[in-house]
Amino acid sequence: MKWALLLLAFLAAPAFAQDDAVRRGQQVYQKWCSPCHAPGASMPGTAALQFHYNGSKPAVLEERTDLTPAMVKGLVRNGVYVMPRFRKTEISDTELDAVAAYLTRKK
Amino acid sequence: MPLPPGLNKTDFADALRQFEQALGKEWVFSSDEDVNLYRDSYSPFWHETEEPIPSAAVAPDGVDQVQRVLKIANAFRIPVWTISTGKNLGYGGSAPQLSGSVVLDLKRMNRILEVSDKNHYALVEPGVSYFDLYRYIQEKGLRVWIDCPDPGWGSLIGNALERGGGYTPLRDHFDAHCGMEIVLANGDVVRTGMGALPNSKTWQQYKYGFGPHVDGIFSQSNFGVITKMGFWLLPEPEAYFSANVTVPRRDDVHQLVEIFAHLANSKIVDGTTGVIDNTAFGPPDPQRAALRVGGSTRALEDYLKEKDLGYWSLDLPFYGPAKVIQAQWEYAKEKFSTILGVRFRDVDSHRFPLSAADLAKIPNPVPLGVPSLTTFAIGGPRSQGHMWFSPIIPMTGQAVLEAQEVFEKAYRELGSPEGALPGFPVWSFFARAFVIIYFIPIEHDVEKNRKNRAVFRSLVKTAAERGWGEYRTHTAFMGDVMAAYSYNNHALLRLHESIKDTLDPNGILAPGKNGIWPRNMRRRA
Repeated sequence: MKWALLLLAFLAAPAFAQDDAVRRGQQVYQKWCSPCHAPGASMPGTAALQFHYNGSKPAVLEERTDLTPAMVKGLVRNGVYVMPRFRKTEISDTELDAVAAYLTRKK
Repeated sequence: MPLPPGLNKTDFADALRQFEQALGKEWVFSSDEDVNLYRDSYSPFWHETEEPIPSAAVAPDGVDQVQRVLKIANAFRIPVWTISTGKNLGYGGSAPQLSGSVVLDLKRMNRILEVSDKNHYALVEPGVSYFDLYRYIQEKGLRVWIDCPDPGWGSLIGNALERGGGYTPLRDHFDAHCGMEIVLANGDVVRTGMGALPNSKTWQQYKYGFGPHVDGIFSQSNFGVITKMGFWLLPEPEAYFSANVTVPRRDDVHQLVEIFAHLANSKIVDGTTGVIDNTAFGPPDPQRAALRVGGSTRALEDYLKEKDLGYWSLDLPFYGPAKVIQAQWEYAKEKFSTILGVRFRDVDSHRFPLSAADLAKIPNPVPLGVPSLTTFAIGGPRSQGHMWFSPIIPMTGQAVLEAQEVFEKAYRELGSPEGALPGFPVWSFFARAFVIIYFIPIEHDVEKNRKNRAVFRSLVKTAAERGWGEYRTHTAFMGDVMAAYSYNNHALLRLHESIKDTLDPNGILAPGKNGIWPRNMRRRA
């Protein structure tokens, strides 16, 4: 029984770690991304994505299903249009991994 | 990435090792990938060799680490460019003035050291953003307001040192500070005002202390590294109310501004507003635009009357007890009623505290002390960045008309830069004078940026010829603007330079900041 529990814990660990990253990613997203990308016409990021995709993709980032971790990380570190780059003292690599996990989670 | 000026690779590698020993390897950024993050995201030098690029960045976590960084910088004569949250977008972002500088990134110093909701002040470190302080106040349930500039991710300290402005009665951010802690280039730590008194009980409550009040020389300068600053906060007001005043004729601007100045200087209206020229502002209107270029003043006045708009529009913000606000508005209406054809309209009204649901309904909550980033929609969805040309002009109708005429003429002669909007409001961010904040676009297009830089420099000269100067500028134009403040053979700049030479003899702190260069880099035509 003890061994079975340990085995279960071992197998489940990556899933828990992933859940943890998603939870952490959501917090980082709330702090750093939502002031521009939350729902609402007055949000510059949301308004810009609405303009560029014209409804073919959701304007709210959290609703997107086509994002990849590489896209998320590339855009945060390089910026796009009026969105500036974000430094590692603002969003660390670990936090960025978590944001990427959050935005690419299964919905 | 470039090396610091005058340093060879071996010495720079040695300096980086010493920075790593002082701060930990994790907080010294020297790879191309990491240093790229410190380039100006809205650089007017995109794809040009003139773009200032840092050699590295270091991120201390406290005063002692700042001291250690400066000691190493002095030993190697490395220029150090200090940033707080690094979001000075439109004015240079997190990039230095001088290529090869090491960016001193204070974002990790983000402690909120004290917030008082009894005597309404805060003490913070440079990495604290408006969002950070607002969230802290909300979490603790404190009944105080911060005053935010339009971009909420800025640093309270960084914005105040750049003399930024907000919207509430505490909108002049440098004026609203109370007490500083400064690390000088030699590592000495100075506290100003009452902070110079050991165990002071009033550092954030009385600004001046004893003797010369030196805080001013540490704003828009390169004389020290500010590691703490106090700010006065606004007791949460009972209510907010805004109302609109329109007047029908072009010449009404004289009376409109004169009455506004009286109300503002009497503190009856105590918040930021903008005088808006309805002939130039608002959604695109081809008929109005055609009239503006080729029509008479009378034709424009008649067109705006048909559209049920005034020629000039002015919103008045009121903060305070609801009964007092109502009386202030009645008084203001009485004063403006001397203008023939004036019209009044109630715009917005709130009681505090607001519920989360009510707050969410407000498109731009910044005038209510709530940080936001909505301002970044200003250039439209294709915008790649911007910079601001921001001259201070007198608070008179004559100056408003003259500024419009002069700057529009300059735009026409230079070929109007795409996206530039001469119809921007004339703002009351600061007491007693107006500031106009013109948007100049940045693009990933070398020719357009070169042209817009030339336009910018020309506007600085045009303004100076009229006796107007910028309150703040992008790093690319700091020399141009400082050169315009030239009374008595640049006596003010020479004073700055004397202070610089005394406080920072090795010239390590932010060379070129606001046109102030250390002796070994000084070059004057």
